[in-house]
Amino acid sequence: MVKLIINGKEIEAKEGTFILEAARENGIDIPTLCYDKELTNFGGCRLCVVEVEGSNKLITSCSSLVKEGMVVHTETPKVVKIRKDILDLLYSNHPKDCLTCEKSGECGLQDLCYRYGIKDGSYKGEVKKYAIDSINPVMERDQSKCILCGKCVRVCAEIQVTNTIDFTDRGFNSKVTTEFDNPIDRHNCRMCGQCITACPTGALINKQLKGIRPWEVKKVRTTCPFCGTGCNFDLNVKNGKVVGVTPNPDSPVNGKSLCVKGRYHSDFINSEDRLIKPLIKKNGEFVEASWEEALTLVADKLKHTRDTYGGDAITGLSSARCVNEDNFVFQKMMRVAFGTNNVDHCART
Amino acid sequence: MLTLDKLQQIKKEHRPVLEARLREAGNVDIHEDGSIVLNGDYYKKQVRIALKNCGIINPGSIEDYISVDGYSAFANLLFNKSRADIIEDMTASNLRGRGGAGFPTGRKWAEAFKYDDDQKYMICNADEGDPGAFMDRSILENDPHCVLEGMAIGGYAVGATQGFIYVRAEYPIAVKRLKIAIEQAKELGILGKNILGTGFDFDIELRLGSGAFVCGEGTALIESIEGKRGMPRTKIHRTAHKGLWQKPTIINNVETYANVPVIFQRGVDWFRSIGTEKSPGTKVFALVGKVEKAGLVEVPMGMPLREIVYDIGGGVQNGKAFKAVQTGGPSGGCIPAELIDTPVDFESLAKIGSIMGSGGMVVMDENTCMVDIARFFLDFTVEESCGKCVPCREGTKRMLELLDKVVEGNGEEGDIERMVSLADTITSASLCGLGQTASNPVTTTIHYFRNEYEAHIKDHKCPAGSCAALLEYFITDKCIGCGKCAKACPVSCISGKLKERHVIDQEQCIKCGACMEACPPKVSAVIKR
Ligand SMILES: Cc1cc2nc3c(=O)[nH]c(=O)nc-3n(C[C@H](O)[C@H](O)[C@H](O)COP(=O)(O)O)c2cc1C
Ligand code: SF4
Ligand code: SF4
Repeated sequence: MVKLIINGKEIEAKEGTFILEAARENGIDIPTLCYDKELTNFGGCRLCVVEVEGSNKLITSCSSLVKEGMVVHTETPKVVKIRKDILDLLYSNHPKDCLTCEKSGECGLQDLCYRYGIKDGSYKGEVKKYAIDSINPVMERDQSKCILCGKCVRVCAEIQVTNTIDFTDRGFNSKVTTEFDNPIDRHNCRMCGQCITACPTGALINKQLKGIRPWEVKKVRTTCPFCGTGCNFDLNVKNGKVVGVTPNPDSPVNGKSLCVKGRYHSDFINSEDRLIKPLIKKNGEFVEASWEEALTLVADKLKHTRDTYGGDAITGLSSARCVNEDNFVFQKMMRVAFGTNNVDHCART
Repeated sequence: MLTLDKLQQIKKEHRPVLEARLREAGNVDIHEDGSIVLNGDYYKKQVRIALKNCGIINPGSIEDYISVDGYSAFANLLFNKSRADIIEDMTASNLRGRGGAGFPTGRKWAEAFKYDDDQKYMICNADEGDPGAFMDRSILENDPHCVLEGMAIGGYAVGATQGFIYVRAEYPIAVKRLKIAIEQAKELGILGKNILGTGFDFDIELRLGSGAFVCGEGTALIESIEGKRGMPRTKIHRTAHKGLWQKPTIINNVETYANVPVIFQRGVDWFRSIGTEKSPGTKVFALVGKVEKAGLVEVPMGMPLREIVYDIGGGVQNGKAFKAVQTGGPSGGCIPAELIDTPVDFESLAKIGSIMGSGGMVVMDENTCMVDIARFFLDFTVEESCGKCVPCREGTKRMLELLDKVVEGNGEEGDIERMVSLADTITSASLCGLGQTASNPVTTTIHYFRNEYEAHIKDHKCPAGSCAALLEYFITDKCIGCGKCAKACPVSCISGKLKERHVIDQEQCIKCGACMEACPPKVSAVIKR
């Protein structure tokens, strides 16, 4: 362990910890827009600069390791001046449409501008303007709002390992885009939406949650029903209705990661096509039935088949959407109750 | 296999051939101690170490190089010196990196030497991206073997077996000559496996850069070699510990490597006798701009600027007044005329707000506008910023916009203070050297030529008469009414009767200067004001 002092508070941190992490663990919030402990270091936003006694240079706390005896100050006048300037520079090159921005209320840039009192971008010059890319069904990309923190690039490369997007061009004209600057769509992207979660601004938006203000929803943690992996996420509930999904970083299995199904297909819950009652075909027509009636019918037919033609006349196909325990019970049922080894699984091949 | 004897034999056989050729050409003096130097006034005040073979040997001939004691230092060290001793000598020589920052090479090597790992790398930074700089190019094109030898010595000292030369693709001749040199060295057994039978392996490969200035920055260069986008890394670890593919890596500049073999040939004491205590040796400069004799000059560190500009460069062109000299390229600063006696070494330049940089030296005369010069360099950095970090990507752009505003005559009260404050943010918060030094041209010109900024902003005048938006062409009463200017004016905004004084309509004038050129020299009635 290493002992150091941050803002007058003596703290201990594990060797190899970044100052920013050590501060966070001790309730000291150093601002950053590009740091994410799950991703490789980037050091692009420069907002996490701090002063360390004995050095006349500012250092970035996201990429400097704690050292024994270090004395760190995180909100000195010099540091605050630099942060204000950086936020001013970012906001000067940003569409000032926070009033109608989907991200408003949970935007990293907005939060920090609020914290450091940036009302307006004071540099009046060129402002980037890109067309909104919205051709795919699940996400909308507005590069005019991108602050080039590179989180989406890193999450795509390092967590999803897809490398759909990267930086192109240089300097002021840098942007994050796909190969040949194509729109993001099924042919170049897995639509996992990890980048949406990573993005601190309104540059990447989940279309499903458009029109819903972040503070209007109640978050209800649940386990994804789509497969047996057991990912957790938060159902976003507005007026008693599930309107979408956001990841919950505390999820033990998946952290912030989700797949395309988990992230976007909560819409089946309120779908008109959803079957909520069993149907039995009578005289060529599906007729609503009770669960009791339906299950009895199925059990009778299976029993009849087994007794008449033997167990091997039946086969069971289970699903990757079931957990291991369910699959175990299912094969047990096939072997013991039906007396057959005809049991298989949709994800076998 | 190559042996020491064979190496000496090559020298013995080939040296007379070289000397005969040089005597015939007649552009060199061959001294008794064996040294060969270019003759002529331009070289009199120069001391050539890094450039010592340039213009003398044939770069395509390894025998030529061996004839001027090439590879003798490397061979000698392999047999007679331990790695630790080489590092110690390097440190004692206090050779400082010629790529810009002036970091002591010995200390850098020592870090990689001490750090244990199964693979280490030597990299030569031949990206030379500063506009107007061509020192490294000259070495690579004219004496490629000395760079290979410097790298091989470094490789042996730190325990690296693989070297890479990162050379910009815009230097096709350098690339070609390096390829030939590497081939020759391998063929002879100077590079490759089991060099001179000592068991030491060292190979060198080329990697071509595609012209991004930022790829000269060490960590961006490494990213680029690794096949990634050339963006600087965060500096969590030293490159000497975790560099290329996270292995201990030494990056040195071309000119730095060119110094290495000579230091070991002639000794640490000899090297330290040249230059200053803190900056020993020489430095190559690309002397350009409004100077009579532009070119590459190599002088001992500590030589006053005046001697370089006047004694070697022959002073300012066309007898104009000397105004300033810009050192260090886009990362450097402008030094005003009153500081022309400043000695040129790392410390002295830093003290007056400039840097040595890689050795660009642009001379400016009285007609150079200092605001416009700052704008010129900022324009370059804005183009070349990699875009990774906010202060550099957004800040330099805003700085350029402010400078544009000033040179266009739209500057406002407070703009200077704004630039100074913005410069502070860009300098102290940028990730890499590019951003950290990008404001130097602005801060030094504001520091030394604040009155010029004020003249632009308050009086809407460009004292140097160079900013088009702030000057007008005017016809004085010397006009003889010949009408030549009116004919030359592309927008026909000059009126006047024949044999009477003509007048320019300032509203219509596009400030192309055609009238001034058209006015007969004997008359010279058109002036800029
Ligand atoms: C933006 C930028 C560009 C650079 N370009 C070069 C270059 O073209 N050549 C070079 O040798 N060093 C360049 N450097 C300096 C290198 O980062 C590094 O310090 C140098 O190669 C180390 O070698 P040295 O110690 O021998 O000088 C550059 C640095 C920065 C920040
Ligand atoms: S799109 Fe979002 S996550 Fe990606 S670089 Fe831009 S701001 Fe960062
Ligand atoms: S200072 Fe400029 S060039 Fe360097 S990392 Fe930042 S944006 Fe890139």
